[in-house]
Amino acid sequence: MCLFCSMKIPLRHYLSLFPLLFIVFNFAIAQTPVYNLDQFQERIQKKNDTLYVVNLWATWCKPCVEELPYFQSASASFSQQPVKIILASQDMKTKTVQVADFLKKNNYSSETFILSAGNPNVWINKIEPKWSGTIPVTLLYKNGKKIYFHEGDYPDAETLKKIIQSKLK
Amino acid sequence: MKKLWFTLLALVVTTAIFAEEGYKPGSTATDFKLKNVDGKTISLSDYQAAKGFIVTFTCNHCPYAVAYEDRIIALDKKYADKGYPVIAINPNSVAKVPEDSYANMQDRAKSKSFPFPYLYDETQEIAKIYGAMKTPHVYVLKKEGKKLSVKYIGAIDDNYEDVSAVKEKYVEEAVDALLANKPVKTTSTKAIGCSIKWK
Repeated sequence: MCLFCSMKIPLRHYLSLFPLLFIVFNFAIAQTPVYNLDQFQERIQKKNDTLYVVNLWATWCKPCVEELPYFQSASASFSQQPVKIILASQDMKTKTVQVADFLKKNNYSSETFILSAGNPNVWINKIEPKWSGTIPVTLLYKNGKKIYFHEGDYPDAETLKKIIQSKLK
Repeated sequence: MKKLWFTLLALVVTTAIFAEEGYKPGSTATDFKLKNVDGKTISLSDYQAAKGFIVTFTCNHCPYAVAYEDRIIALDKKYADKGYPVIAINPNSVAKVPEDSYANMQDRAKSKSFPFPYLYDETQEIAKIYGAMKTPHVYVLKKEGKKLSVKYIGAIDDNYEDVSAVKEKYVEEAVDALLANKPVKTTSTKAIGCSIKWK
């Protein structure tokens, strides 16, 4: 039994549904947002008491991926305190679906976006002149100011938590 | 006398610090003997006719290095005949990144038909002396008499994601300037890259 067939709707009317289906389908797929440098700085340099723990990482970066559980663990440990963990990915801006899939698969719940900031020779120095450009990098911001910078990974979750704790006071 | 010793000590300490940081534009670069993917050992001194070199620390596994592979090939095709061949070096520890093994280097060089040597810095000594930190990381060297002078350190260009959106071709600008006997305008740049995986 073809319910719609009996209504004698021409085929081309069905075809017109395709763009609509395409849009719905796209919304159904989780995508990581893409931020430019201004949006990034606006997000982390807020004039409030929240400590923003920003980790620059990428799905292709082995040491980065290895230390992501530490950030997840820190996020749980400081859930009752004004700490906001932000994972700023250095994956290509076309990898929005892949990054979202990666986070979902690993049950990472921290706020994540892809930071697509233009010419690295310009923006790396804007973030931190001492930074050579390798990742992972961890930065702490409070009251609109950068108060900590670390290039490289952490040996364990405790080291990261101690640093966060020390900057909370 | 005491003052002299202090000055000497300060000199030794600063030299040690600078040595650890690797080359800067203007440094004198060392030659090396490293194994190529064809099994032969290669030195910069083998290139009698060269005016200089585009020494590029790169590897197999890093998406940045992969994104730049075709551009590194294009650099060699453009500049080798003009006297600035590309010398690619993989400095990664195979224990940390199995993908960057010598056998895999051979495969990659073959499948991409690298027109340049792809050398294996197994001890990582050359990467350390040069101060390379990531892949890709380029050192443009110019022969000045018997010396190899570092003229440019950094990225190939300003956009790894989209070659059609590149505005600044740093390495090309540096080599073009050297070929025209002009000073290099931008002598060092920063880029995101995969950190070199040390032993």
